[in-house]
Amino acid sequence: MQRRARAYLSMAAVGTVLLTGCAQGTGGGETSNATYDRGTKLSGKVSVMGFGATDEIGKVRLDEAKKALGSKVKVKLIPGDLDIQQFLSSVASGDAPEVVYADRGQIGSFASRGAVIPLDDCIKGEKIDTSAFRSSALDAVTFRGHVYGIPEFNVVQIIQANADLLRRAGLTLDDVNGSSWSKVSAANKRLTRTVGGKLKVIGFDSKLPEFLPLWAKANGADLISADGKTAQIDDPKVVQALTWAVGIYNAQGGFGKVKAYRDSADFFGSGNQYATGTLGAMPMEQWYVNVLNDVSPKAPMAFDTVRDRQGQPIAFASGSAWAIPKGSKNPGAACRFARVMTQTSSWVKAAQERVRLRQKDGGLFTGVLTGNVEADKKIQAMIKPSGDQKWDKAIQAEYTANDHTFSMPANPAGQEFETAWQDGVNRVLNGQQSPKAAMAQAQKEAQKALDDAWAEIGK
Amino acid sequence: MSRRRSAVRAGDTRAAWLFISPWVVGFLIFTLYPLIYTGYLSLTDYDVINDPSFVGLDNFRALVSDDKVMLALRNTAVFALMSVPVKIVLSFFLALLLNKAGRATGFFRTAFFLPKMTPPVAIGILLLLMFNGQSGLVNEVLGWFGINGPAWTTDPTWVKPGLVLMSLWTVGASVIILLAALRNVPQELYDAARVDGAGWWAQTRHITVPMTSGAIFFLVIVDTIAALQSFTEAYTAYFGAGNSTYGNDAALFYAIYLFQQAFQFLHMGYASAMALLLFVIIMAITAVQVRLSKRFVFYAGEQS
Repeated sequence: MQRRARAYLSMAAVGTVLLTGCAQGTGGGETSNATYDRGTKLSGKVSVMGFGATDEIGKVRLDEAKKALGSKVKVKLIPGDLDIQQFLSSVASGDAPEVVYADRGQIGSFASRGAVIPLDDCIKGEKIDTSAFRSSALDAVTFRGHVYGIPEFNVVQIIQANADLLRRAGLTLDDVNGSSWSKVSAANKRLTRTVGGKLKVIGFDSKLPEFLPLWAKANGADLISADGKTAQIDDPKVVQALTWAVGIYNAQGGFGKVKAYRDSADFFGSGNQYATGTLGAMPMEQWYVNVLNDVSPKAPMAFDTVRDRQGQPIAFASGSAWAIPKGSKNPGAACRFARVMTQTSSWVKAAQERVRLRQKDGGLFTGVLTGNVEADKKIQAMIKPSGDQKWDKAIQAEYTANDHTFSMPANPAGQEFETAWQDGVNRVLNGQQSPKAAMAQAQKEAQKALDDAWAEIGK
Repeated sequence: MSRRRSAVRAGDTRAAWLFISPWVVGFLIFTLYPLIYTGYLSLTDYDVINDPSFVGLDNFRALVSDDKVMLALRNTAVFALMSVPVKIVLSFFLALLLNKAGRATGFFRTAFFLPKMTPPVAIGILLLLMFNGQSGLVNEVLGWFGINGPAWTTDPTWVKPGLVLMSLWTVGASVIILLAALRNVPQELYDAARVDGAGWWAQTRHITVPMTSGAIFFLVIVDTIAALQSFTEAYTAYFGAGNSTYGNDAALFYAIYLFQQAFQFLHMGYASAMALLLFVIIMAITAVQVRLSKRFVFYAGEQS
């Protein structure tokens, strides 16, 4: 009996050793002494966390990456969106995925905890052309002078408005694009319609709390210093931006009413706020153009970039990035995977496939925004006029916005920083605090989080 | 003779241990060990990825000066104080009704219990739909009576009452327990009371309530603990994916703040200290309840 138990145990032990042996592949199994070389033949496994190749843009590039890695590398996608705790636990227990797909805003926190490795060697070895990347995207993944992520998609906001409602109120896009806040406030009042105390048309939606950084920047202020160390949430210009953006809701009977009405809309369906004529205008991410074009192609849309108070286009860039976890067993392959997923030729191939599919089902190709300037240019050149001016304007606004982006620098307390300012905005929206008091409290909370997190790194 | 008896007893004891061993093992692995480990983590600075470093009582000191801990405790206490009595009174009332339902009891018992099967996340979403201030069902019904309903999901004053009302969705389980207790009240007691001229109210007050006080007490304890640990519904409605940026201070329950500290900010040490504090609070409240119960709860078994 005992002998049998011992036999099982040794079998299990041998099995484990064999399995770990298999899992090693190229790269030596240690991220610290990994070698990166574009010419090297690779083998082993690449497990990918946080990425689902759900559409052709993902699938085509994934195929490209697989091709570049060669037949000896097995690529496995771990299903589901990135679960931060699952990811960090896997790194802590030495069972990290080879490569991880994350929001650019998370990279700073990961880097500060040593959960992902700097990519300087990877960039050099695989000859990744970082000059092709948009600087705002690269800034968001650069921590203490090192790049920790290879930027992927880019997300920007544009003004999306209901042309019929504007026309009937005697307004133009200039009144709602943010170039003049007093004009937006006036337009909001003219567009808003309330019947018997109930909101029937939301005039303008300033999209708080999430777009505070956009309005603050339009007013010339950043929520955080460029080095990611100092919170600037209580900057009078931020308070001014918040006061104005909250005033938009107050003029419509308060945020509660607007949010309740917004929540009741069929956001992704044909009963959306534009198709039903229940929203004048709002800044919104560019992907929503695709939704609108799909579900309500006849909606009376008008598009423009968001403007700062000097009338210049402006957008807050967010998006995703590829990073290599500490303990990745095949960093060489992970690096090549990240390179191929984000290189110009892969993006172009993926876009070609999308064009083909959209043509097939009679849909509109609205472009693809990436963190790669070169890819964006080539893809933009593939867009043909649709014959419908409003959608062409949308695409034009999208690409103009993409060229005028800013981002928040990577910092080790990303999530806490965001929670601090968002909670502050929410307190104002709920009528619990004045903008000044809320931002002062948020400043205190955010600065403490930043100080604690930076001090942790200094230890 | 006595040796044999003790041998038999030892055998019995062994068998007993064997029978409860799955529970004991489960308790040791899934309850005691995590509890002890939480105690250890609460004295450390731990971010999931780097090894915990010992910081003494720093986390507890930070707890005391954290305004949000106080806010979350206050929110949770107010919610518990509102929801537990409302839930108990309503389930008692429904159980009384069901008890009179005769043959239809079976059907109604199932009907009342069904909502309990709804996943808590779905209840959170349901809350947003039903209590939407603009187009929700609740305000629409209130409108029939000329009442202009409040903004349940955004007005801080009405967020907790909304959550309390929504928590009644799962009242079915308590109803079933109370119904079973009602069925156990001896009919003779009612007959005797009726002979003495006692009406419905007197019977309920002097017979039904005392005779079911054991079950009521059980529900008070269980519901209080559940209310103090309340998380999923409020998190889904006010802090989850659908509301990733809009949160409402009024719904920040203790377990939600604990979750944020642990899994969003990765302050596992601090979150462990918070968990221990909640553990102590729940223990203290339960101890007080058990003490008070001696005065109010009637156990038939104790008389014999």
